[in-house]
Amino acid sequence: MINLDSKVPEGNLSEKWMNHKFNMKLVNPANKRKFDVIVVGTGLAGAGAAATLGELGYKVKAFTYHDSSRRAHSIAAQGGINAAKDYQNDGDSIYRLFYDTIKGGDFRSREANTYRLAEVSNNIIDQCVAQGVPFAREYGGTLANRSFGGAQVSRTFYARGETGQQLLLGAYSSLNRQIKLGNVEMHHRREMLDVVVVDGKAKGITVRNLLTGEIESHSAQAVVLATGGYSNVFFLSTSAMMSNATAAWRAHKKGAAFANPCYTQIHPTCLPQHGEGQSKLVLMSESLRNDGRIWVPNIVGEKRVVSDIPENDRDYYLERRYPSFGNLAPRDISSRSAKYACDEGKGVNGGRSVYLDFADAIKRIGEPAVREKYGNLFEMYENITGENPYKVPMQIYPAPHYTMGGLWVDYNLQSSIPGLFVAGEANFSDHGANRLGASALMQGLADGYFVVPYSIGNYFGSEKPEKVDVKGAEFKAAEESVKENTNKMLSINGKQTVDDIHRKLGNLLIDKVGMSRDEAGLKGVIKDIADLREEFWNDVKVVGKADEINQNIERAGRVADFLELGELMAVDALDRDESCGAHFREEHQTDEGEAVRNDADYAYVSAWEYKKAGEWELNKEDLTFESVELATRSYK
Amino acid sequence: MKEHNINLTLKIWRQENATAKGYFDEFKTSVSPHASLLEVFDELNNNLEKEGKDPIVFESDCREGICGTCGMVINGRPHGNQTKTATCQLHMRTFKDGETIYIEPFKAKAFPVLKDLMVDRKGLDVIQQAGGYVSFNTGSAPDANAIPISKTAASLALDAAECIGCGACVAACKNSSAMLFVSAKVSQFALLPQGQAERYERVQNMVIAHDESGFGSCTNTYACEAECPKGISVSNIARMNRDYFVSNMKLQK
Amino acid sequence: MGWLSKSLNSSIGKKIVMALTGLSLILFLTVHFINNMFLFFGKDGFDLLVGSLDAVKPLVRVAETALVLLFGFHIFNGIRLWWENRKANPDKYAINAAKENSTFFSRTMPYTGGIILIFLIGHLATLWVKFNFGMEGTHHYYDVVATMFQDLPTAIFYVIVMLVLGFHLNHGFQSAFQTFGWHHKKYTPLVEFIGTAYAVIFAVGFAAIPIYFFIRSMGGN
Repeated sequence: MINLDSKVPEGNLSEKWMNHKFNMKLVNPANKRKFDVIVVGTGLAGAGAAATLGELGYKVKAFTYHDSSRRAHSIAAQGGINAAKDYQNDGDSIYRLFYDTIKGGDFRSREANTYRLAEVSNNIIDQCVAQGVPFAREYGGTLANRSFGGAQVSRTFYARGETGQQLLLGAYSSLNRQIKLGNVEMHHRREMLDVVVVDGKAKGITVRNLLTGEIESHSAQAVVLATGGYSNVFFLSTSAMMSNATAAWRAHKKGAAFANPCYTQIHPTCLPQHGEGQSKLVLMSESLRNDGRIWVPNIVGEKRVVSDIPENDRDYYLERRYPSFGNLAPRDISSRSAKYACDEGKGVNGGRSVYLDFADAIKRIGEPAVREKYGNLFEMYENITGENPYKVPMQIYPAPHYTMGGLWVDYNLQSSIPGLFVAGEANFSDHGANRLGASALMQGLADGYFVVPYSIGNYFGSEKPEKVDVKGAEFKAAEESVKENTNKMLSINGKQTVDDIHRKLGNLLIDKVGMSRDEAGLKGVIKDIADLREEFWNDVKVVGKADEINQNIERAGRVADFLELGELMAVDALDRDESCGAHFREEHQTDEGEAVRNDADYAYVSAWEYKKAGEWELNKEDLTFESVELATRSYK
Repeated sequence: MKEHNINLTLKIWRQENATAKGYFDEFKTSVSPHASLLEVFDELNNNLEKEGKDPIVFESDCREGICGTCGMVINGRPHGNQTKTATCQLHMRTFKDGETIYIEPFKAKAFPVLKDLMVDRKGLDVIQQAGGYVSFNTGSAPDANAIPISKTAASLALDAAECIGCGACVAACKNSSAMLFVSAKVSQFALLPQGQAERYERVQNMVIAHDESGFGSCTNTYACEAECPKGISVSNIARMNRDYFVSNMKLQK
Repeated sequence: MGWLSKSLNSSIGKKIVMALTGLSLILFLTVHFINNMFLFFGKDGFDLLVGSLDAVKPLVRVAETALVLLFGFHIFNGIRLWWENRKANPDKYAINAAKENSTFFSRTMPYTGGIILIFLIGHLATLWVKFNFGMEGTHHYYDVVATMFQDLPTAIFYVIVMLVLGFHLNHGFQSAFQTFGWHHKKYTPLVEFIGTAYAVIFAVGFAAIPIYFFIRSMGGN
């Protein structure tokens, strides 16, 4: 049994964070340099945390498997970042951002965490502007905002379609400053393969040097994992090729509970798959839905080209079913609707894609205005598909994109292993069962800049963790187990490549644990994944040697972990016998196909405790809501 | 989206490490015109792995042209023949049936080959660490709207800030100069009020770091701009030159 | 003065030196060009012009010293840049596609410069030495030039080098502006136009001299 004390502070919702900060134990400035912290991952959360911890005076060691800390996948976020600044005077507030976020997550997130996220959102914008992030501006020189992904206020800050890049480069610049000042020691091309726990506390990590294959141990008094999400479990997703769950998963196997693994977001506006050889899916910013209209032909088996399909034979299904939100309906609804349309055979040319049409927008505001708003996205589309979206409607289809689930953390973002903190997409905390657009950047930076640096100070101040030596038995044992695992994979010498097996896993998951799930399918897929795992460990072929640059070994290790995580996703989805957010159980829907939540039985966080491969124990953290009524999410 | 496959001969550079002698490995392949070049590599590697051979080492990550991880020289051109496109965004429809494609790693003294098409670009990070930031600590920022910034300045700064740090400018330059890369960051901050306090120290420090990292000097051939996947303008280099000149006059040291 | 040598030896510093000396040399070339054009207006004018320079010999010597310094810096820095940049990029690609991303003129600056340097040495060793020390009190400068270009190889060599000089100037002029940081959407095209115009006028004008004298020598005899 894992202790799931959420450590939510006392007080009114709006006072909790303030009270908590006041009650935290502080570390004397002169003593800070005596504490060291390991930060794994240098995306928004990791770079933000490493830089800020360095600024505070702690000794930081940061790790990334990239050649540079600027390459983390945060960089690919396009649309924007939310904040409750209310610069547009349209009635926004911290409470409204909080409410939208918790409602968007279908009331499956921890109220206090979500409120804090909304609360620090404003500081993030200040921080990023001060870093020199060139956000979009109005002619008068003030910051511009747009409405985004299901919000009825304009609270999204953006830098063309490259907001993630600009924010990450901002965090990267702060990190660089600390590296230069000697407060952060940067370790590139290291992949974390284990977390080392000494006397019940996280005290270090085991990494593989990706250039030499050497297994190294690093110790510190606290470890922060900011290692991103696990969408790549689906093989085809919008995540980067190297994005993986290994760091989080190895921590899970060392005792960190994994929460809500079945909450995976399938993003509605991605480019459709072009063929079998496809390696990843590409996302087109959701901001396109502000002006683009989504439709499919009304007639199954429509053969006419777009321009020949009259208005009457087009089904603008989102506008029809959700008149008030229309094309801006939340991601899960939008994605599922596209899936159903294609299941019915109404997809473009009977295939798996729907139209995203800008003809009306071009008529309304003119092509130059459309170009000004979305030019780079249109260019990217044309580049990839060879079609000009100013002339022909885009074709889109949903793709796995973000994982709300992740390592369980308390209000301090500490996992169930003391001293192990988890930030950004890697944790489960703020988005509940579904994430709203432009909230991922917000959460990554909130955790990195404004939460982890405080709570680590509190941990040091109250727990006073001892320094340990990397020569200790626990480190040696971790190194040995990592080496053993690698050698085992190399020795199998079977017939299937790592990608072959990964692709099979992806097909199983997207089919049965994707946009909609049902009991029979889940029960079947749990067995199928277990079988596939057997197949991997008996029939995989990994080439090359352990002590050299070997991208095959890197991928094999990640897929081995996905094969365990994939099963847990299905186990979790089976346990959660309700529909909520991105988790849609066929058994629980209204006659009109809307999700039916079950607050009486399922208002809890599922925190899974690892027992052995294929076996977990469910721990529940009950979600209590002091400030909000659990409304039925309706976007009609 | 169904068209006939095209047949290609790929001559791909293989090299064990920085000091080893490299050679071209030849592969004949038939590919979908809708596949990306890197997907062709994925498939080649999958086949090599099946045969128990070492796959071709190359780097890529986001495959959306924004992370800057990928980079190959394709028929003599960094990121290939399509303008404003990173290697990962290069699709096979841009090649002709029957074509032979030569693929080499980025070459520069500052970018030693690690293996096959993977090179070490750490010099670029060193340059950024020398001054590519605004010095302030988390929490000390004023309200985001406290300083108005003209739309033009913000837009020009973003043009420069779009640099993805891939190193194609270096690979394209006959002098292996990274000046386009340096100037993109120098310009971003020179154009914004936030960057003014350290404007002249920054340009000095970044230029020195550039020179010390083994990159060559800019001789204004503008090959960098032509090959930059983000189309970063050489006007940034001019701005940096000017700032560098002024910094020498202004600074007290 | 440590800062000065540090700045001048940085990669941008070296460029600034190239640009400053280069533009100054273009000024000198302009004067030289105007002088040479007198060749087309007959013997007397040219001889009088060159002869009159004899009268202000000390001033000429000062100007020549300055020129030597300008050339010296330009050449020294140019060779250094070429050498260092070669070291920075030791490995060439199997396929050279440089023409796709840059102009011939910009890529060949060290080579066109080298050719001009060789020419310069020859030019000084013949005409300059002759004009300054070989005239034995006479002022028949025009005849010296006319005689020299009766030789076909010499004339051809001069014509080719003037073409090369045009290449060098075509890139050099606008490049100097870029180095000084004068790059602007509105003005840069004008600078480029002026640079090319200069290059063409200089190349054609200078090259016309050997052609003119060679053709005249054939017709005259």
